[in-house]
Amino acid sequence: MRLSASIPEPNVPLPNILRNNGLLYWISSVDHKQIGIMYLCSSLIFFVLGFSEALLMRIQLAQPGMTLLSPELYNQIFTMHGTTMIFLVLTPMLIGFSTYLLPLMIGANEMAFPRLNAFSFWIFLFGGILLYFSFLAGGAPNVGWFSYAPLSEKNYSFSPGVDYWAISILLMGIGTIGAALNFVTTTLTMRVAGMSLTRVPLFVWMIFVNSFLILAAFPVLNAGLVMILIDRLLHAHFFTTASGGSALMWQHMFWVFGHPEVYILALPAFAIASEVIPVFSRKPIFGYEFIAGSTVAITLLSFGVWAHHMFAVGLGTTFNAFFAATSMLIAIPTGIKIFNWLATMWRGSILFSTAMLFAVAFLIEFTIGGLSGVGFALVPVDWRLTDSYFVVAHIHYVFIGATLICGFAGVYYWYPKITGRILSEKLGKWHFWLFIFGFNGTFFVFHFLGLLGMPRRVFTYPDLPYFGSLNLFSTFWSVVLILSFMVFIYNLFYSLKQGKPAGRNPWNAWSLEWLTNSPPDLKSFTEVPVVQSRRPLRDIRDSVQSGISALNETGVEHA
Amino acid sequence: MQYFWDKIERFFSALFQAASPQAEDINHLFYQFTIVATLIVLIVAGGVIYSAIRYRAKKNPEEPAQTHGNLKLEITWTVIPFLLLVFFFYLTVKAMKEINQPYAGKKPDIVIIAHQWWWDIRYPGKKIITANELHIPVNQKLLMEIESADVIHSWWVPELGRKTDAVPGRQNYSWIVADKAGVYKGKCSEYCGTQHAWMLIRVVAQTEEEFEKWAGQQQKAAVTPTDSVARAGARLFQHKACASCHAIRGTAAISHMAPDLTHLASRKTILSGMLPLTDANLRHWLQKPQKIKPDANMPDFMLSPQEMNALTKYLEELQ
Repeated sequence: MRLSASIPEPNVPLPNILRNNGLLYWISSVDHKQIGIMYLCSSLIFFVLGFSEALLMRIQLAQPGMTLLSPELYNQIFTMHGTTMIFLVLTPMLIGFSTYLLPLMIGANEMAFPRLNAFSFWIFLFGGILLYFSFLAGGAPNVGWFSYAPLSEKNYSFSPGVDYWAISILLMGIGTIGAALNFVTTTLTMRVAGMSLTRVPLFVWMIFVNSFLILAAFPVLNAGLVMILIDRLLHAHFFTTASGGSALMWQHMFWVFGHPEVYILALPAFAIASEVIPVFSRKPIFGYEFIAGSTVAITLLSFGVWAHHMFAVGLGTTFNAFFAATSMLIAIPTGIKIFNWLATMWRGSILFSTAMLFAVAFLIEFTIGGLSGVGFALVPVDWRLTDSYFVVAHIHYVFIGATLICGFAGVYYWYPKITGRILSEKLGKWHFWLFIFGFNGTFFVFHFLGLLGMPRRVFTYPDLPYFGSLNLFSTFWSVVLILSFMVFIYNLFYSLKQGKPAGRNPWNAWSLEWLTNSPPDLKSFTEVPVVQSRRPLRDIRDSVQSGISALNETGVEHA
Repeated sequence: MQYFWDKIERFFSALFQAASPQAEDINHLFYQFTIVATLIVLIVAGGVIYSAIRYRAKKNPEEPAQTHGNLKLEITWTVIPFLLLVFFFYLTVKAMKEINQPYAGKKPDIVIIAHQWWWDIRYPGKKIITANELHIPVNQKLLMEIESADVIHSWWVPELGRKTDAVPGRQNYSWIVADKAGVYKGKCSEYCGTQHAWMLIRVVAQTEEEFEKWAGQQQKAAVTPTDSVARAGARLFQHKACASCHAIRGTAAISHMAPDLTHLASRKTILSGMLPLTDANLRHWLQKPQKIKPDANMPDFMLSPQEMNALTKYLEELQ
């Protein structure tokens, strides 16, 4: 299968990120491309940590009554796994893609606030390191990534782990808010001539809308974190019931942030899918306006669904029914997206590069995760399944089935732009198939475990019928996941040196980032054409073909 | 072949075991939703796989028609899901009302106070206090009041219906009924600290007569030991710090910071369902509590062998 026109090895070696610039250059950089790469690399490093924690848990749970980890350590590990994957892996991965690509897609050479951009990255990284430092400083946090009060209060969690947790999430939250501000301003002020907001690539649109979600949701979390810190360090009583505080207030504050956070991690994934699927189907995105509009609908609705995390708390039928209704409604704009992506593939000419394979797998896996989520909006079903392994299945089908899979699609799709070389497709396909089997094998059986009555966040479980065998099954497939990630990471390094040179536009894509060199020079664009449609590079190609321009066959390079 | 079908059937019936109308309502709603959800997954997956094969570039090398959208289709896949959701919203509210029947003005039959990491179970009308093992008469709808003494916990017995959070500072109410006699296993389902995994529940549903017999026994004060070893154990219980947390009715021990031991020997398990109640397990626990259940509030009393014999003898006689 031919993915691109063959391009001879360059006479001049491609710019090498290590040799070219030196460490100091990276540390002091305010270039959005370098910062984007640093986000993506930190995300990868934290991913290795978070995944190792997951493996420790899978080994412990392989059989009932295993004692590899003490209860105390297991609780630290599952807390760190959740916190790492959400705040240190998925968030920076998506911000990394956005930081790298958003300016390129709108024809800008920089973000609106380059220094804020660097600040956002470094404060996030510092927060992440601080979180891991807690292991050395008297114990990692052990109260879950949701840190429910009053368990997270001083009288029940005496170790400093929760303080480290709150401070580092606060730092990362500030970084994320900074990045969101930057995306909003950049999108509003730095678009190239002719690129109205109705012509921006859907990636840009979704990151733009998503940034408002971040700007509204993270401050609530930050306020909550400051309150729990005041409780813990200055002996206040915001969340301690015994002294007149309210344990439920923490739940409200956390989920007012926490549920939008799910969409904060999902919308950029949708953004990636909205770029990859049309390019490899050779068709424009189907229903651009509906995908764009449904993004806004999701954003608005996501602020009215938080209490579906609290159906078992006992807040009354009317309250529960309201949040059941809103949580069901949010399925509609999400469904619209799925069907539009499917319609984009319909009657296309689909090229199954690894990026496209992942994007297509996303459609199926995310449909499973999304629908099991609608199941939780049916309050009585939630009363049976909440806080069971069914939720663990659901959350992984969303965060892996949507966010991580789309992240992989994005890596295969944009790696040529970032490094100048194409990731090995052969290794990519090994990665893909091992991943699909490993992922579904590991996580699908969790649905059954939840129905059988296995609560989540347990360091072991009684030897009830099927518990041992289903857990062992899951652990077995997680080994396949290790193999898949090893192939992926090997591919990243292997293709950096050995990959096929990419040229400017290896996938015949249509958005402006493919107009730059691969990798782009420090100043990405010297000249950008006036944008006349949603697919500027296609316009250039058409004008070439109709002979209006004197550009030759590869003449996009001139534009 | 038949063998595998039987296995699969057994597996699926294990997934959806129900022993109460509540649990059946929930299962019913779950089946209906799963059927629709599976259909949707099949439509999406079918569409994806069909286009992946039918429209692959190898067979369709030409640039396809550049369609940008279709309003009718958009309306279709907005309206159909909407109608489906309206239908499920109706079913949801109906099931909610069915499960949460009004309880206003009614006194709870059972009060459950969740602790780190055990359940204090009381029958206010019957003046019974026990722990971790709830006895109920079959086919009687009882009202439970669920609260917490420390952090948030959640009462969950899948076969008997909904889970209910135990939130400090709140009283939650929930109905419990079992329509078959039997033992139903549940667990705490909200993460509540180190030993969350070993905060299990045993519900024993029994016939009216058996339940009354059990209740009558539980209402009595603890037996006074007759044999000299057990009497020494009773003295130890008061003199060592046991009595400052555990209550034994009929003695000076009245604290309810830890499980009531008045009829300990009538229970099947210790440590909130972690271990079966046997002489060996009891000794093991008294000897090395922090090794068996780290972080539990039980201290190690460094009992001598004689003390151990006396104390276990006493506790095992508390029928």
